[in-house]
Formats: sequence, C-alpha cells, structure tokens
Amino acid sequence: MAKVIGGVFTSHVPAIGGAIAKGLQDDPYWKPFFDGFKPVHEWLKHNKPDYVVTFSNDHGLNFFLDKMPTFAVGAAAQYDNADEGWGLPIFNSVPGSPDFSWHIINTLVEEEFDIVTCQEMLIDHALSIPLELSWPDLKSYDFKLVPVGINTVQHPLPSPKRALALGRAVHKAIQSWDADAKVLIFGTGGLSHQLDGERAGFMNPDYDKFCLDNLPSNPDALTQHSALDIVELSGSQGIEILNWIAARGAMGDPVKEASRNYHIPISNTAAATVLMTTEHALAPA
Amino acid sequence: MQTATARRVIPGTPVFDGDAAQKGYAINAMCFSFNDASNRQAFMDDEDAYCAKFKLTCEQREAVRQRNVLAMIAAGGNVYYLAKLAGIFGLNVQDLGAQQTGKSVAEFKQMLLDQAKGI
Repeated sequence: MAKVIGGVFTSHVPAIGGAIAKGLQDDPYWKPFFDGFKPVHEWLKHNKPDYVVTFSNDHGLNFFLDKMPTFAVGAAAQYDNADEGWGLPIFNSVPGSPDFSWHIINTLVEEEFDIVTCQEMLIDHALSIPLELSWPDLKSYDFKLVPVGINTVQHPLPSPKRALALGRAVHKAIQSWDADAKVLIFGTGGLSHQLDGERAGFMNPDYDKFCLDNLPSNPDALTQHSALDIVELSGSQGIEILNWIAARGAMGDPVKEASRNYHIPISNTAAATVLMTTEHALAPA
Repeated sequence: MQTATARRVIPGTPVFDGDAAQKGYAINAMCFSFNDASNRQAFMDDEDAYCAKFKLTCEQREAVRQRNVLAMIAAGGNVYYLAKLAGIFGLNVQDLGAQQTGKSVAEFKQMLLDQAKGI
C-alpha cells in the first residue's frame, strides 16, 4: 500500500521562475519568499518520494477554450515544460508513471469523478516552479509525476467542496495502489491575488490566514464558500486555492503543519509556502 | 444570452464565464498562439495581418491597437491568455495592474507593498 508522506503547498507566480533564472534567491525582494523553502529542503533530505501527485491549473499552455476540462489527469510517460510566451527558461522534464496514473484514473471514475485523461500533457510554470523551488539542486527528477489539472480559468469552476472530494478520492487511489511507495502531494497557486479588472492588485490577508489556519486540521471549513465567493474574497486568481484544497484532500488525515511562510507581495500576489506532513514522514534529524 | 442563474457581480472583477468565453474566443485564440515564438514574431512583423488571421472583432482589434487591457477584457479577453500578448508588448503584471487601476506603476507597486502592513 502506497503512503502519503507529506504535502508541499506553494504559490507559483511566473516571476519566481525569472528570479530563479537570475539567481535572485538572496535579493532583498525575493529572500523572504525563497526562505520559506528552507524547511522544505531540510525535510526533503530525509523524505524522498517515489511519486509526486500534483494539483495545479493550466495557464493557457496545455489547454485552450476549445476544450476546457474541469478536472484532467495526466497519464503520460514524460511531462515536458514549454514556452508559455514570456521567455521564461524551459524547466526540466519530469518522468511520469502511466501505471500509477491509470490506477488513479480508474479509482476516480469508480468514485464517480468524470475526469479527462491526458496521455500527452505539457506542464507549465504552475508545476515547474514549485518542483524547482523544492529541489533546486536536482539536475533530473528521480520520482514519477502524476499531474492533476483543475480548471480555474473558465467559469463555472468546480466548487471547493468538489475539489476537496476529488482530492480525497485521489487519496483513496493512493491507499489502494499496490506498491510499497512514498507519495508526496503538491498543491500550487494562490494565495489571494488578482491580475485583471479595476480591482487588480487586490489581496486579502484575512482570508489567506483563514485558509492557512484551517487547511491542515479542518479543510472542510474552506468549503463553506462557493468558487465565486472565493473570487470575491481572494481575487480572480486567488481562486487557485482550489488546487490547495484538492491537494489537502489527497493527503488524507491527520496531517500536521511542519512549516508555514506567508509574504506580501511577490509580484501581485500574497505568496505562501506550507509544508504539511503525515505520520508516514521521517522527521529531520 | 440568458444564463441559468443570476449573474454574480463582483465589483472591479471580471468573471470569465461562458458568455465571455464565447465573446472572447478570437482574441484568446490569438493569444494562445503566442506560446510559439514564431507566432509572436509574426504578430510583431504585421500586427494587422495577424489579428485578421484570427478574425478579431472590431472591438477586440481596437483594444489591441490601443494596448488597453480593460477594453480587451470587455471584449472577452481572459487574463491567462492576455498575459502572453502583454509579454510581447513588454508589459509585466505590475504594468497591467497600473494601467487597469489608473495608477502609475510606482503607485501600483506601492499599493501592493502597503498590503503587507499589519500581517
């Protein structure tokens, strides 16, 4: 039986990729954000996942409005990053596990999630940046990735309640995977931010704190709001918290918060990094 | 078009729904094409021809001509796709925010910093 060892939750602002490329980790603007990964690095030294299951939203790289899946599960042998139009560096490819992907797909459909399956899937900065932040020294990844995409682009969006349930169904799939494997979960995006409209630049530290305080021990609290409630509370891109909610569901229970970092602003975003761990994690020495 | 439920209005906040997705299909399709560097170059070489190829509406074409983000959004543009066009123009998200809020870039950046107070 595979076991979830932990979850990494982080913002995925594209400018972070630029800062990594320029080596600005210790620059006064960037340091408060990058320092949030120090405990993650320490923990990852002792906890090496065999599989990484991620929840993120596509930013117009893999999906267009011609076909916009609410939930999409990757089933590729390899996932490549690609040019998103801004001249960001192209990040490392990540190996996949079609077998584990299909196990998750089969379980999700049994659990009545009518997902889209993707034997080809490009990964964008929403995945590449969190992986790069977590393992900055790895030249190539030695775990296998199963990416789950959640639509945060085109309304109607899935409800937070549905996102949490999706994550919990993924957890069930992990638990029934017949392998002595360690699984690390990622949820990326957020926290509060808004790029578009007259309210551009909006952030909401109070709502972010509510999310950060409740996500570890009471994730259901985040489902009291609808997706549109969250757009109002957290900004039109703050709704990317859906990825965090699903990822939290995929961790199972109980979890504990091992580290938390919250910093305003990174680009236009209230940026956060949280590490949560389970009883199956090894504590840093 | 009549939607099934009453439309939620959030001040200053576009909700990119089915109506917007239909209205904005052409401009968003053009922006999606900018993932390819050769398409970005083609746009820069002949903006009129490139917009015509994607059949932008008059409203969309004018918004692009004016580099007016709020007008692009009003014409159905979605920021996840428009960001690629903004990149061609050399505009980052602070530039976009300043333009949409009627602030200078310095004022907009200060507004972002000010939100850190009290956290």
